[in-house]
Amino acid sequence: MTEDDVVAQLESGMTIGIGGWGSRRKPMSLVRAIARSNLEDLTIVTYGGPDVGVLCALGKVRRAVYGFVSLDSIPLEPHFRNARQQATIEFTELDEGAFYLGLLAAAHRVPFYPTRAGLGSDMLTMNPELRTVASPYPDEGGDHEELVAIPAFRLDAALVHMNRADAAGNGQFLGPDLYFDDLFAKAASRTYLSCEKVVPTENLLDEGTVHTLKIPRIFVDGVVEAPRGAHFTECPPDYGRDEAFQREYAATARDPEAWEAFREYYVEAPSHDEYLARVDARSDEGRES
Amino acid sequence: MSPVAIDEVCAVAIAEAFRGDGEILCNPIGTTPIIGGRLARATFEPDMVMTDTISVLAANTLPVGDPDAERLVEAWMPYRDIFDVVWSGRRHIVMGASQIDARGNQNLAAIGDWRKPKAQLLGLRGAPGNLVNHATTYWVPNHSTRTFVPEVDVVSGPGYDRVAGLSAAVRDSHEIRRVVSNLGVFDFANDEKRMQLVSVHPDVTVDHVVEATGFELVVGDEVGQTRLPTDEELRLIREVIDPHGLRKAEFGS
Repeated sequence: MTEDDVVAQLESGMTIGIGGWGSRRKPMSLVRAIARSNLEDLTIVTYGGPDVGVLCALGKVRRAVYGFVSLDSIPLEPHFRNARQQATIEFTELDEGAFYLGLLAAAHRVPFYPTRAGLGSDMLTMNPELRTVASPYPDEGGDHEELVAIPAFRLDAALVHMNRADAAGNGQFLGPDLYFDDLFAKAASRTYLSCEKVVPTENLLDEGTVHTLKIPRIFVDGVVEAPRGAHFTECPPDYGRDEAFQREYAATARDPEAWEAFREYYVEAPSHDEYLARVDARSDEGRES
Repeated sequence: MSPVAIDEVCAVAIAEAFRGDGEILCNPIGTTPIIGGRLARATFEPDMVMTDTISVLAANTLPVGDPDAERLVEAWMPYRDIFDVVWSGRRHIVMGASQIDARGNQNLAAIGDWRKPKAQLLGLRGAPGNLVNHATTYWVPNHSTRTFVPEVDVVSGPGYDRVAGLSAAVRDSHEIRRVVSNLGVFDFANDEKRMQLVSVHPDVTVDHVVEATGFELVVGDEVGQTRLPTDEELRLIREVIDPHGLRKAEFGS
């Protein structure tokens, strides 16, 4: 598949989970394909990074559901900050661990998972739709403990980016952390997996141990080969974060004209190949890749 | 050896918050807290485990802010596994606080109305879950009436008043061990569980701390001075843990 083939299977109004974490191994070529499409009114569910920032800045997002939205080396995603301060998006902000349980509940097809996270904090104030549940089992004192019920995130689609995959959709991460990409795949009705390189199944163990094969094809509906598909976020061991490019992206949040130019030239580049060509054509001055 | 600097006093004060913790995950966030945590483990709390801030537990004392430093790996600790540790209770975190009140309520999330904030900050992050599961210490490098406030705009990490009506499991797990600022050290070790001044840093007066605090601080008859680093602690901070002086950035020097 191509990125545009994936987007052709998505619809406005969908709830879409996006893998990766902050500015790490984000499926950016798929995010840019959404950016240049007619899709709108999306609910984006993610440990957010520039995926959330870009889609918010383009007005594609109705609601963001997140444990945080960060660029790592820039602690708060500046386009997301604009969206929040101008109140242009609805939002569901959860404790980072509570967010994990929403994914897990969806993956396990149960309505919720209980947790103490959120009790006493304003997580419950900010999300009045959240309910608590009493334990059916008494504790040592005979009390039935009250817990927060984190509802399952029902995802219409999930987008993840792996280092390697085979054509059938068996995905492999080669970096230090899978994050929650396996859970996004399991939580979604349809999962689209981009990867740095498609390899024959018999070569899946060439670069990593069996422990790196964490997304089996039964949870994957389409594979896109996208070398440097996570750019400008990091995708170790294939490449690190393009910090200079990220700084340039972040700076556009303060300058609508700069954002218009950046959006047109990079975000809405007609294809992933053309995007990479434009990235590579940047002057060497200030480049760090 | 050159004179002791305020950043070194603060690092030691944070290290002291871990005294007695034993074999838990020492999980400080931010440069000065990380220096404090690594210092505690390198001296009086050797059983604690610590991450490399990426994805492993490293048994050796790593220099702060050096992603390429050689690690003595003792376990894999990807991000997801941190929550197993959080929910187990075997963790003590040091977090920042953009605002904090007399009962220990912390705001990292937003300034103003969270529906349309004047300033969106980091968000709730992991604070709600941290506070109801394990010990927490706060680090506030800019002590003023803007950070030590009568009421926080958003409660990310709940304080003692917010957990008082919750389950025994929550109350037993909730502990705000210390608050360390650039002016002094604070705790909640009184019957009312209100923030009290434990010690002032060198060259800081009690009056100065009281004036810089936007709520009534509990101040006992005997407020000590925060202890100074030992020669060995200074050597570890300056030569091993932060040889490039990254800690200075938070202190405007």
